[in-house]
Amino acid sequence: MAGRITISEESVPRLPPGVKLRHDKARDQWLVQAPERVFVPDPIALEVIRRCNGEASVGAIVDDLAKTFQAPREVILGDVTEMLQDLADKAVMTA
Amino acid sequence: MSETGRNPIDFPMALLAELTHRCPLQCPYCSNPVELEQAGRELDTGTWLRVIEEAAELGALQIHFSGGEPTVRKDLEEMVARARDVGLYSNLITAGVLLDEDRVGRLVDSGLDHVQLSFQDSEATGAERIGGYPDAQKKKLRFAGWVRAAGLPLTLNLVVHRQNLDHLPQLIELAVELGAQRAEIAHVQYYGWAFRNRAALMPTREQLERATATVEEARERLKGRLVLDYVVPDYYARRPKSCMGGWGRRFLNVSPAGKVLPCHAAETITGLRFDSVTERSLADIWQHSEAFEIYRGTDWMPEPCRSCERREIDWGGCRCQAFAITGEAGATDPACALSPFHDQLVALAEADSGADCRDFVYRRFANVVRRNTPMPAK
Repeated sequence: MAGRITISEESVPRLPPGVKLRHDKARDQWLVQAPERVFVPDPIALEVIRRCNGEASVGAIVDDLAKTFQAPREVILGDVTEMLQDLADKAVMTA
Repeated sequence: MSETGRNPIDFPMALLAELTHRCPLQCPYCSNPVELEQAGRELDTGTWLRVIEEAAELGALQIHFSGGEPTVRKDLEEMVARARDVGLYSNLITAGVLLDEDRVGRLVDSGLDHVQLSFQDSEATGAERIGGYPDAQKKKLRFAGWVRAAGLPLTLNLVVHRQNLDHLPQLIELAVELGAQRAEIAHVQYYGWAFRNRAALMPTREQLERATATVEEARERLKGRLVLDYVVPDYYARRPKSCMGGWGRRFLNVSPAGKVLPCHAAETITGLRFDSVTERSLADIWQHSEAFEIYRGTDWMPEPCRSCERREIDWGGCRCQAFAITGEAGATDPACALSPFHDQLVALAEADSGADCRDFVYRRFANVVRRNTPMPAK
């Protein structure tokens, strides 16, 4: 049994098996489907989760977001790390 | 990120597909109605496939294949594949004693997303006495291994009561050892079979307090390794639970014979008429059927519920519990301290918890009774 996942700038996050990001037609909304749970990502969370493809590191994701949204990198790094750690603790993200 | 349960959505979240009432286990707290449906009355494959399509069109996001034991149906793979094809997230709720490794593989190939496996206790003797099925524990442990080896996420379903609550720490440890991502610890809900067995099942207040402390400690210790869902019992509480997230708001349950219910226990409420998928479409039933409309929202509520500030938090609690205790499904849930029946519910729980009774009325066809007679109100 693995220990708790700690998200750092070097982590390479991805959705674990059984967790899916998909667009729901009926609600016209992006949803994260997990065992017996459905999460509605806000627009920022959606931008982050979409980039969690098991290839890009947190650092690379933050670089991309900083460029795309013209925002300070260190603020984004703090927010993204915190968000991903929270998701990992809820078992909807792994790294 | 929010869970959708906190935002009202006009679409159902999930379909509970009770494929059958047949089950090799005989748990005395089974949520199936005390009048079990015979195999000959079960819906055929084609009808289930249509129901699955209709559920997706209606906006359901998830499907729970349940029972009875859903794996007794040989056509389960076909249904899982259809759920995948129409974009439903699929969950198998199973006792795990009837499958071999090949069948687990076939279910994975059909697109199964998640498995929920029940354990009746942490050690074999107690578990097999509660479930009434010899050798169950060994088979369940083996099944859990196949699920994990196939890469499927696993949740352990742990229904707890007086006769296994003292093993809660060991049950949580079992979830960790088996590599489960989640464990759902649910106190028995007292209607149907459990209502008949309450004198053998009802925990004491002290057990409950200990269990809650155990869960809180384990949550902290296992953070990021095991998610613990805890369904708190409400008979020792002051306010009721938000049962099913509100009647007719989030869930549809289709019974083995095709009746569409707002919750799996709704048939315990005598006098309600449920529509069948063999006669009306799922969408028509969800939107217009009398059984869904009658307790949906807040208009049906009596006082003190109607003007209560929690009316859209707990949605009036549980209709089945209200019926079981008061004889009126539209009454205030007696779990609420504002109900005139609250003291009676607490007194009943305390008396049952102290009962010198270990024997169960097992859930089997031979023990079926015609009607779930509500307890007299006085």
